[in-house]
Amino acid sequence: MSPDAPPVVALDGVVKRFGERVAVDGLAFAVAPGEIFGLVGPDGAGKTTTLRMLAGLLPPDAGTIRVADTDVVAAPEAVKARISYMPQRFGLYEELTVAENIRFYADLFEVPRRVREERTDRLLAASGMTAFRAFRAGKLSGGMKQKLGLTCALVHTPDIVLLDEPTTGVDPVSRREFWAILYRLRAEGVTILLSTAYLDEAERCDRLALLSAGRVLHCDTPAALKARMPGAVLAIMTGSGRAARAALDGQEGVGRALLVGGGLHVVVDDPARRIPQIRASLAERSVPVGDIAAIAPGVEDVFMALVADASPR
Amino acid sequence: MRAKRLLAIARKEVLQIVRDPRSLMIALLMPFLQMFLLGYGISLDLKHVPVCVFDRERSQTSEDLVARFEASAYFAVTRRLSQYAELTDAIDRRACVLALVIPPDFSERLAADGTAPVQAILDATDTNTATIAYGYAANVLARYSAEIGETERARQGETASLFVPVEVDSRVWFNEDLESRNFIIPGLVAVILALVGAQLTALTIAREWERGTMELLISTPVTATELMVGKLAPYLVLGWAVSVLCLLLAVFWFAVPFRGTIGTIFVTTTLFLLVVIGIGYLVSALIRDQLGASQVALIATILPANLLSGYIFPIDQMPAAVQAITYLVYTRYYVEIVKAVFLKGSGLAALALPVVFLAVYAAAVLALAALAFRKRLR
Amino acid sequence: MSTGEPDAIVVDGLVKRFGAFVAVDHVSFAVAPGEIMGFLGPNGAGKSTIIRILCGLFAPTEGHVRVSGIDVATDPEGVRARIGYMSQKFSLYRDLTVLENLTFFAGIYGVRRRARAERIGYAVEMAGLGGREGQRVATLSGGWQQRLALGCAILHRPRILFLDEPTSGVEPMARRRFWDLIHALAEDGVSVLVSTHYMDEAEYCDRVALINHGRLVAVDTPGALKRAGGGRPLFVIEPADLGAALAALAGAAGIASASVYGGTLHVAAADPHYDAADLAALFAERGVEPGRIEPTAPSLEDVFVDLVASDTRTGGRAA
Repeated sequence: MSPDAPPVVALDGVVKRFGERVAVDGLAFAVAPGEIFGLVGPDGAGKTTTLRMLAGLLPPDAGTIRVADTDVVAAPEAVKARISYMPQRFGLYEELTVAENIRFYADLFEVPRRVREERTDRLLAASGMTAFRAFRAGKLSGGMKQKLGLTCALVHTPDIVLLDEPTTGVDPVSRREFWAILYRLRAEGVTILLSTAYLDEAERCDRLALLSAGRVLHCDTPAALKARMPGAVLAIMTGSGRAARAALDGQEGVGRALLVGGGLHVVVDDPARRIPQIRASLAERSVPVGDIAAIAPGVEDVFMALVADASPR
Repeated sequence: MRAKRLLAIARKEVLQIVRDPRSLMIALLMPFLQMFLLGYGISLDLKHVPVCVFDRERSQTSEDLVARFEASAYFAVTRRLSQYAELTDAIDRRACVLALVIPPDFSERLAADGTAPVQAILDATDTNTATIAYGYAANVLARYSAEIGETERARQGETASLFVPVEVDSRVWFNEDLESRNFIIPGLVAVILALVGAQLTALTIAREWERGTMELLISTPVTATELMVGKLAPYLVLGWAVSVLCLLLAVFWFAVPFRGTIGTIFVTTTLFLLVVIGIGYLVSALIRDQLGASQVALIATILPANLLSGYIFPIDQMPAAVQAITYLVYTRYYVEIVKAVFLKGSGLAALALPVVFLAVYAAAVLALAALAFRKRLR
Repeated sequence: MSTGEPDAIVVDGLVKRFGAFVAVDHVSFAVAPGEIMGFLGPNGAGKSTIIRILCGLFAPTEGHVRVSGIDVATDPEGVRARIGYMSQKFSLYRDLTVLENLTFFAGIYGVRRRARAERIGYAVEMAGLGGREGQRVATLSGGWQQRLALGCAILHRPRILFLDEPTSGVEPMARRRFWDLIHALAEDGVSVLVSTHYMDEAEYCDRVALINHGRLVAVDTPGALKRAGGGRPLFVIEPADLGAALAALAGAAGIASASVYGGTLHVAAADPHYDAADLAALFAERGVEPGRIEPTAPSLEDVFVDLVASDTRTGGRAA
């Protein structure tokens, strides 16, 4: 990753409308070569539309998009040999086998036979799918399908990989393998853009753009975003989470509360001051309470604080 | 166009066709069934129409006339009646389609006036059968009359004027030398190819949009032309297979005489197949869902093919305005070609006009299909 | 969660075979009234099969399953009347409105006509669907569809809810609102059994059951699972050169695994007494600069992956 290098993906003032609806509204961000860049946001924030425009599948209504030194708006076809795009829906041929699907995509990108064979072996081994070569794609589990999709996307040598929610419905073990492949790619200098609804997964990205209503609200590293989180998260152990939440509702310095197994997570401005205050008000309402401790916020907490508060709901 | 990408598309398409044995069976079985069902069902010929004879004279002459009916393959004299009541009963119970009533003074009047009325009563509940049976009957009677006339003329020493004792209503298909099947089967081959060909390709693009595979495909460098050529090539081969099946059935099962050359039928069939699979592809590219594409393709092929191609309804008997429209119906050219190749043995030179029309049609449809496919999402 | 009442779900020695394939292999657990039990496991581990057996959709091959005190094997219909089931595909009619869907499912569940308006009102309020009754389902976002599906599943006021990956593909904020609903139901005493792939969601459960190859690998609270953590100290390091650090760790004695995590590495040690100083010494020996070294608590995902991996290695003998 070299942040000083000229960006390999750059959007500026991008607008996309579907009829009356504005899906993407003046979007701008840039991705450095060799970065893993995550697009995070609620449904309808414009993640999929953005990735489709980057892949040259949808023309924007306004703005400029440059991908791998190509003006995607003017020459959408020119960018296609340089990228790999993996749509959200499994896009492979279910009646073809794993090996046949891979070969099909290799041929479309005119990958020489020897390179294809070598890379297919390596990718299948990395995702633990070597034994499934002759399986029909339609018979694979959801996680395997996603890994096959990634293998097909990587069988040529893309400069940029665009992945739309690649790990939805994938179990944690497969997801780790998936990420191991992505990190290996990054080490080879490939730039990766992905969208995700899994916020624990977003922490694995180098940088994140938090999207809302077709705009970038925040764009930074996960650590920097977490540092921007106003206040701290407290874990309150209690058997009656709802009662505790009701007791704390509207208290000074106490923000959003989330029910979790065995208790409650609340956002507070100042833990040192608020912990005694919380204990007192819970005792007042005779809500039984155990430990109260500050915990490290996750990207999800940050997301809720930065995006949920920004979006009109 | 890059050969590797084109082959990749074609190979994938072949695998998909082979892996979907149900659709493949339908593609091959449908023409087979249609050939048999329509080949027999639409036959305009009748064989062994049951005839009841109420011969009130029972003379040598009247027996002679009845013998003509018995000799004809079209009729089978099933009953001899002895009174009129039996006749109505036989018609009512559908024991016969045609009842022939020979008057008691048949030979007498024939000898005296040269003409004699013979009453033919038809069960017209099935109009089509009745019309055809009537045609055959008229034919038998006409021949009989002609012979009587000749004997009469010979007897009277007249040689000049043609003396026809019975008026004959003749129709194009009631020619005893030409079976209607010989006309219909070659036309049927054309109609079946039009239907099957367009249906095969109508799904090919729409299916990819529906299943989500297209979104990935259009993110690759594959061009619209490569995609079209790669996808259509396997279907052209499949189309050839269906054509061979239909043509073999026509020649060997339905015994339609084949007087032309394999070369002519191959070239013209290929042109026609290109038009129909191109139309299916065009529809599929424009309408991105399978059900819609399939229905539009069906309407675009079945109606003009059945009604306006001339395979069953002769074009020259249509109103002028409709005739003009038939020039747009590609199937009409192929129907014309197949009939001519089969029955007249025509070569490409003789068929230059319809062949050129088909070629232009094929080029236009394929060009449109390539243009209609957009590597863009909506 | 209340105690003292009989368990809402009791599973004892459950086995399900499909031909030679063992989908569920001697699974036993119990769920208390008002408890939220999470089902975690890789795709194809048998989570959905267990849930379907509990719903009376499959007959068990061996073992006993009692749901709400009723034996599933002898009275599956009785069980079905007392449970709510929501599958990951939200079986809603997309061309009908919210209210029409609710009315339809009320009919399916045999809700009496007199009670229907009240129950539908309850479901609408519970799922926060007020104001959207007339909207067609197809026009609702994934999060709203999911809440409607839950509303449909609780129309007959079941005491037990089975949710099979209810939040797959739903965005984070909608997911949080959905979990609020689940917690509210649990506080009313409804037992909830929910399968998920989202580790953050597993944390919202009272207890988590980890399933691999049809076997129950672990059942405990998320906190206890994390504390047990497979007994492996976990460190976060932030090397300048990830590749060199990974190479240094590969095959090193005492190191169980190392995986990239954004710009950092998560290093798990095999020995419970391994500490940061040991790790620093290892890097010094190999001449690689590890940057910051910090011990960290394993996440639920770390625990999950670890347990699944060791269970798969031992074929369940250790579990």
